[in-house]
Amino acid sequence: MVDASVNAMAGPRGSKPQRRFSSRNLMLYGTLIVVSLYYILPLWVMVMTSLKGMPEVRLGNIFGPPLEVTFQPWVKAWSEACTGLNCDGLSRGFWNSVQITVPSVILSIIVASVNGYALINWRFKGSEVFFTILIFGSFIPYQVMLYPMVVMLREMGIYGTLTGLVIVHTIFGMPILTLLFRNYFASIPEELFKAARVDGAGFWGIYFNIMLPMSLPIFVVALILQITGIWNDFLFGVVFISKADNYPMTVQLNNIVNSVQGVKEYNVNMAATMLTGLVPLIIYFISGKLFVRGIAAGAVKG
Amino acid sequence: MTHSIQVKDLTLNFGAVSVLKTLNLDVAEGEFIVLLGPSGCGKSTLLNCLAGLLDITDGQIFIKGKNVTWAEPSDRGIGMVFQSYALYPQMTVRGNLSFGLKNAKLPKEEIDKRVARASEILQIEPLLDRKPGALSGGQRQRVAIGRALVRDVDVFLFDEPLSNLDAKLRSELRVEIKRLHSRLKNTMVYVTHDQIEALTLADRIAVMRGGIIQQLDAPQTIYNRPSNLFVAGFIGSPSMNFLHGATVDGGRAFLFGDTRIDLAGYDGGAVLERSKAILGLRPEHLHIQMEPEAGHTIPALVEIDEPMGADSLVWLKAGETQMSVRVPVERRLAPGTHVHLKVDISKASIFDTASEQRV
Repeated sequence: MVDASVNAMAGPRGSKPQRRFSSRNLMLYGTLIVVSLYYILPLWVMVMTSLKGMPEVRLGNIFGPPLEVTFQPWVKAWSEACTGLNCDGLSRGFWNSVQITVPSVILSIIVASVNGYALINWRFKGSEVFFTILIFGSFIPYQVMLYPMVVMLREMGIYGTLTGLVIVHTIFGMPILTLLFRNYFASIPEELFKAARVDGAGFWGIYFNIMLPMSLPIFVVALILQITGIWNDFLFGVVFISKADNYPMTVQLNNIVNSVQGVKEYNVNMAATMLTGLVPLIIYFISGKLFVRGIAAGAVKG
Repeated sequence: MTHSIQVKDLTLNFGAVSVLKTLNLDVAEGEFIVLLGPSGCGKSTLLNCLAGLLDITDGQIFIKGKNVTWAEPSDRGIGMVFQSYALYPQMTVRGNLSFGLKNAKLPKEEIDKRVARASEILQIEPLLDRKPGALSGGQRQRVAIGRALVRDVDVFLFDEPLSNLDAKLRSELRVEIKRLHSRLKNTMVYVTHDQIEALTLADRIAVMRGGIIQQLDAPQTIYNRPSNLFVAGFIGSPSMNFLHGATVDGGRAFLFGDTRIDLAGYDGGAVLERSKAILGLRPEHLHIQMEPEAGHTIPALVEIDEPMGADSLVWLKAGETQMSVRVPVERRLAPGTHVHLKVDISKASIFDTASEQRV
């Protein structure tokens, strides 16, 4: 007599067959499609409009693809659009933004990572209080600090300059970045730090030889956070830059789009908006990959 | 006798909590000292103080006659091995071994020489170009020992180095550490909560509790003549049997319930008459027999018999007191059997109930 359990094995095998058009799938994909459309449609309109000439834009068929593709609006947005007296397009703002973002990002990450390292590994009397005060800084609304900040920069003689804005960005990035680095360094076993001390490494020796090589992922995270944050900043750009020549890209974009003189060139505006958003987008694509690789590389068991 | 390490009135407070209390410890040159105690007794803390990784509140530390109380860890002439190995994950084994030497700015030939010697002693030469991630637990701990070895120091500090290893590796490395000690003749201070490690490795064991060294003696002395109730209960597995009773007849006998035990031949001080005392008997110092012997046996009832391979543990009840006795494995006793436990009084310990000190 064949055993019952053996008989059961002789039945159908493999995973349970799935119905493609179950009500669950219809619901799921239906929702996903609707949501994607919601986000894709504006992008579609922007791209299409930016590739049309003004006569075609005026026809008002905003969803239709261009009958005649032209890259003129992109060229104009980049190098010819006028803001105030300057008629060299967004390119000026782009280079201003680069000059603001690069030093701000580097400076803030260097200072914050050393801060976090000192706060977790070289605790001094009152280091916890210091940290609490620093974190508290991230809960105070920016508006409260704007005016005192302007006065301070004015007294230092760097109000309105790119240097001033770099300092402002570095300071305002400090609470969240320090928290980020401190918490990451806290996850590195304390015994590694102790071993390095017995091995005669000092403050900087341990930072550069032990902590840095183990912290690539968190540096990438900080990089993404800072580049996108500072590049997209509008408020500080308006407040702390006094000369139109020095405006970052976001402020300049605003000035182009909101100019009240002449005809509204929707195609140029669309192109300008996308040009401005391009940098954070590229950062996401590149560092997203790096980020994953960083995590994988750091996954060495101690 | 030359002292390798001298700790004088070491006190450490974390805020209001006192972790080490005016602790004194002298370690002779070439001696293997084990700091043993339950979790939170301050043994690792003491080691960290010796290494200079914790700033102490009060007291002084001398290593090789030099006052190192406020010296940097790297300037104390110590090497340290950690529980979690603490190998630098991004460096190769060679990089791990030479990191400290590079910091000390030693010439390259000297570094190579020392790394070669250490890796030869520990047999890790084939692993030199691997990263710690590609090593097994035992290999990692060897590298960690090697990192202390290349420093060419007089004092080795071990912070529970074998706790993360499985039982087989642990006993292998234990033997290896002992071999290393007999070859190098360094002073070693070794923290563990494993009493087998302590008993096998140590020249002297310091049993700690609550930031105080309870007893500092040779392993055999600690085992046979524990200075107080805590040490007696902590050392030995299963732990010592404690019989609560009184000493009578001017200290000539111990009264446990109705049972009278003759104390002639007790290895200790004057017992005196005490209304409350504790008689401590190790499971292997009791013998099971069927016949009573006035003044030498305790009647008991067999509860469970646990064969453990080499020998067998018998759990019994004497009155209300739970007791255990170690017997040869061939000897099987059915639960419910009435037996008599013969006491070897020369190996027993008597404690004063109030002070918990051995008499």
